[in-house]
Formats: sequence, structure tokens, C-alpha cells
Amino acid sequence: MAVISYREALRAAMREELKRDDKVVIMGEEVAQFNGAYKVTEGLLKEFGPKRIVDTPISEAGFIGLGIGASMLGIRPVMELMFWSFSYVAFDQIVNNAGNIRYMSGGLINCPIVIRGPANGGTNVGATHSHTPEAILASHPGIKVVCPATPYDAKGLMKAAIRDNDPVYVMENTILYNDKGEVPDEDYIVPLGVADVKRVGTDLTIVAHGRAVITSLKAAEILEKEHGVSVEVVDLRSIRPLDEETILASVRKTHRALLVEENKPFCGVDAQVAYLIQSKAFDELDAPIHRVSSIDAPQIYCKRMEDLQMPNVERVVAEALKVLA
Amino acid sequence: MAKPAVLTHPESLKRPAGPSEYAKDPVNASLSKAEKIALYTKMARIRHFEQRCIRIYQQGKIGGFLHLYVGQEAVAAGTISLLGKHDHIITGYRDHGHGLMVGMGMNECMAELTGRVTGCSQGKGGSMHYFAPDKNYWGGHGIVGGQAPLGTGLAYAVKYLGLKGSCLAYMGDGAVNQGAVHEAYNLASLWDLPVIFVVENNGYSMGTSQERSTAHPGCLAKRAEGYNMAWDVINGHDVYEVRAKTAIALKRAHEESKPTVLEIFTYRYFGHSMADPDKTYRDKEEIKEYREKKDPVLAFEQELLREKVLTPELSLQINEAAMAEADKAAVFADESPDPTVADITKHIYWEEDNRGPKTTSRGTIIFE
Repeated sequence: MAVISYREALRAAMREELKRDDKVVIMGEEVAQFNGAYKVTEGLLKEFGPKRIVDTPISEAGFIGLGIGASMLGIRPVMELMFWSFSYVAFDQIVNNAGNIRYMSGGLINCPIVIRGPANGGTNVGATHSHTPEAILASHPGIKVVCPATPYDAKGLMKAAIRDNDPVYVMENTILYNDKGEVPDEDYIVPLGVADVKRVGTDLTIVAHGRAVITSLKAAEILEKEHGVSVEVVDLRSIRPLDEETILASVRKTHRALLVEENKPFCGVDAQVAYLIQSKAFDELDAPIHRVSSIDAPQIYCKRMEDLQMPNVERVVAEALKVLA
Repeated sequence: MAKPAVLTHPESLKRPAGPSEYAKDPVNASLSKAEKIALYTKMARIRHFEQRCIRIYQQGKIGGFLHLYVGQEAVAAGTISLLGKHDHIITGYRDHGHGLMVGMGMNECMAELTGRVTGCSQGKGGSMHYFAPDKNYWGGHGIVGGQAPLGTGLAYAVKYLGLKGSCLAYMGDGAVNQGAVHEAYNLASLWDLPVIFVVENNGYSMGTSQERSTAHPGCLAKRAEGYNMAWDVINGHDVYEVRAKTAIALKRAHEESKPTVLEIFTYRYFGHSMADPDKTYRDKEEIKEYREKKDPVLAFEQELLREKVLTPELSLQINEAAMAEADKAAVFADESPDPTVADITKHIYWEEDNRGPKTTSRGTIIFE
């Protein structure tokens, strides 16, 4: 078991899958010669050469569409978006073409593509570069979305995504790239649609995904130390498919739920999770479900305010105490 | 009402059709008598299939949009008749002619229009979304120009797999102003991909003539120069010319792995779709002139009569057989069952349709 960073875990996943399957191709802006805008693909060009690791022009609709077309003929492209925010110029390709082709062809055509890159705020870059489109994309049947929070999950989910025969969109987080964690040396995958209880507790369930998991874990510690509350933290890991059973099992145990995500509140992932809990575990609840999301505005540039706009430990603790009141 | 815009097709196309200058081109001269008859038969089948669709549409049995290919038959027929094992095609929503040309049956095509489970996409795609990947036909795409990057990707895959093949990515003249098309052009040329972009220029992007939609009308293929790509223009009323010039682009794709833009001048006799009353943007006289003087199916019939490949009797027989086939398909499409409610949630995900210990997915993926 090695301790490696989230970035290294993603790279290791891609390297292993490149070795395992010669149809896997890495493609995106600056992924090859530049070694990746965020260095996730560093060294891969040297190891695998320009046929497998391909630099594209700044042309998201073009190269994402090209990857989708290639995947229909059996290539397994892993496409990097420098930011998921840039997916918006390729939206027709990502939604209409990748997401619908299997359905509209009555199951005749598959699209085994992975699109990956960071999707997060909190980096002081303003509204255009801070989108978190997991809820938007996961609302389309035909598309799968995962949001790893730890190096272990990043590697396991990335490998599962590459082997999956459907379009899988992996949403990473630049703030997590340097986070370190234990990752097994042997081959493993984290199946899509399996949540993970990152902390066991009895008084309150926090459901989160992506970096909100890390925030929630820190909040859980404070809640335990300073308020004597035992908090369970459920990391969704995968948005679609969604592990409903793990969420419900935790709520049935703690009878209270707080949902934390870095999305804006309207139609966020947690709107779906809240609906799930009230429809399938209504009688289990001892208090209304609460949410902590980003404050509902385009992402503000000012760093001091952005830190307050997004869920942070203080806000999560305060909201948890309201659920527990 | 504003005066309808003048169609910007080349002057040479406005001459009545005559003997093809391309009959002696090797790619046509080498066709056997049977192959020529087969090519004519396919064009006639497209014509009669589409005309039969009009009746079914008017009976209210086809929902949504219906974009007819009548008048454009020589484009699909000429280009697709040249293709081999590793040549792929993809197109926009005016996709019936291409489907019949690659060998899809009239039954599955007609039943898709009426939304039946016996349709090529089991009633999930409709008129704009025909697919037959077993015949290298990758659709059938509804969003203007969105298929251009996909076609470029198919060509990329052909090259990646080390195959001597190509992809013909068709689009209408309305697609050339879409960004995705320009991005596809750039990638195709930058990476030397064996893709042929076929612009089926029927003069109108829906109800907007090129004069009103395009900064440099009459010059769509030439845009290829901006991307360092070869290009050519083709009279799409002459199937021999379509074949002769497409063969050059195919050779470029196969031998040099280089892309081409082909602008094929053609004309549709009906509105953009059946929802278009076709009364505001072009003269009836213009349609009449094309129908009477430039019709690609009649022109090829005349050509083959002159060559003594066809006789009037044989032509009649071919056309009657195509009409009868379309009639039978209409009955099939009418009598086939609908998909079921349970079918609505099939074919969304491969992993879900095949879920087992070896698939990667768990959890809920179809929501209540």
C-alpha cells in the first residue's frame, strides 16, 4: 500500500489502463508535450508515445465529438477537459451525441468514452472557470457521473470508468490534486454506484460528494470534539448511478440528515437526495433535512468571499447543529 | 412579402440535363450493365420510398419531423455506391436515402417512422435517427452540424486501427455556419484524417437561402482552403459526376489519409420538412424547373436508355417493383406493434442492459 496523491492516483489509473488495453487513448489540451495543465498526465507521452497521448487544439466541441465518434468504432478515449467549465462549448457533443446514441439507435451503438477534468470552485478564478456541472449532466439518462474525493477513489473510479461501456464523466477537483492517501499496489476498481461510509456515526448522517466530503469530515471531528455528536459521513462517490441503499441505511440509523455539496442549491444533486430520503425513509426522520450548498450566485472572484460562498467547516457545523436541535 | 431570394447554384446547373460528361470516367465505364441497373434501382427505391412516406405522413401516422430526400437521390447513390469494407458514413437528419443506399430494408425504415418496435431503432429514433452500424452507417443525427466531429472521429478510429478506409460525413448547406463543422475541418486537416465532408447544398438552410445565411455564398467548398484541405464542387443531378469526383476524394483518403470537402449541388422538391408549407422563400417555378429539367433519377434513366443498358420496359418494371416494395413496407409499418412501456427504459446504458458480476455499475441508474 503506497501513499500517493490524488493526482498520482489518477495518473496511475490511466497508465495501468493504457497498458492493459491498446484501444485506450488519452486526448486533450496540453496533455502530452506540456505534461498536462494540472500535470495529471505528466510523463505519459514519454512512456506511451504520441499515438496514445494526443495533444488537441483548443477546440472542445471538435475534439470531444471526435472522441465520441472514435468510441463508436471501439476506441476507448479518455478525454481531458482542462476545466469542466469548458464542457459548455461542447455541450451538444457531450449530451446529445454521447448521451443519446445508444438509446436512439435502439442499443446498436455504444459510446465507451471517459471525459475527465476538474470541476470545482474555490480557486479564485471567477465564475466562468468554477462550474460544477455534475447535477446538470447527471440529469440526462445515458450519462454517468462520478466525483472522487480521495486518492483511493480517484484511482478506482477512473479505472472503472475506462472499462465501462457507457459515457462516464469524471469530475475531479484541483484543490484535491495534492491530497495524499493510501492506494493499493494491486489492480482494483471502485464500481460505479457504490457510496462509501467515510466515517461511522450514530447521531447525524452527512451526505456529500467531491471535496464537500473532506469539508464534512473536518466538520464531523469538530462536532464530536466540541459538541459530543457522533456524525456519519456518506461519500456518494458516484452521482449517477446513485447508491440509494447506503444513503437510506445511514438515515435509518441516525434519523437525521444534512446534505452538503459545492453546487448552487437550485436543482443540485442534494435536491434529488432529499427527495429520495423523504420518499423512502420519511418515517425514519426525527428532523427536517437540511442542506449546505454554495451561496446562490455566480462564483465570486474575491477569494475571501468565495471561501464564504462555498460550504466550509463552520457553515457545515452550524447547519448540523440546527438539524440536531 | 419580400421577393424570394435567387438560388446561388452555379449557372452550369441551370442548363437542362443532357448526356453525362462523366460516363467515360473509369469509375463509371468499369461498371457492368447489372451494376448500372442496380444503381438506378436504388435511386428509384429512394424516390418511391420517400413519396410513399408523404402519404403516410398525411394520414397522420408519422409523428415529429419528416425531412424528405426527393430530388437529392444522386448524392447518396453516387457517393455510397463507391464505398468498401472500411468506409463509413454519417449524416444529418435528412437520412433516409443514405439508409436505403447502405442496404437497410424499407420495412425497418418505414416502421421507424411510425414508431414501431420493428423499426431500425426500435421506435426510439424516428425519421432523423436511422442507424445501421453493421452496414457502417452511424446515423442519422438531429442537430445541424453535430455529426461532423463524430464523422471525423470515425475516420480517426479507422486510421488508429491501421485500416485503409474513410468516413463520409454528410451535412446540408445550412451546417457550414456551425462551429462544430469548422472545428471538425481543422482537426481533420491537422491530423490528416481520411474523412470526406460532403456538403449537400440544396440551396436552402430550412427557409433561408445562402444569400441570406452565408457571408460568401456560392463558395462553401472553398472554405476548405482556410483549413489547408482539398475541395471540389459537383453537379449533384448527375450520378456519374458524383461518382467520378467522389472517387478522387476517396483515393486521397485511402492512399494519403487526407481529408476533402465536396460541395454537391442538389435540390429538394419538398419543404425543409413536412412541417414546412414551402410557400414563403422560393418560387414554385424554381421547383418546377428542377423537377422537369434536372431530375437526377430521370437523368440517370435517360443516360441508361441512351447506353441501351435500360429499356423503357425494364425501367417501368423497376419503378413498379419499388412502389410495390414501399407499399408493402407501409403496411408492415402500420401493422407492427409499438414498443412497450418497459422498453422505454431499455438501451439507455450498456452496463444496465447487461448488468452482472463483471460489469462496473451498481446502484440506481434509472430513477422513479
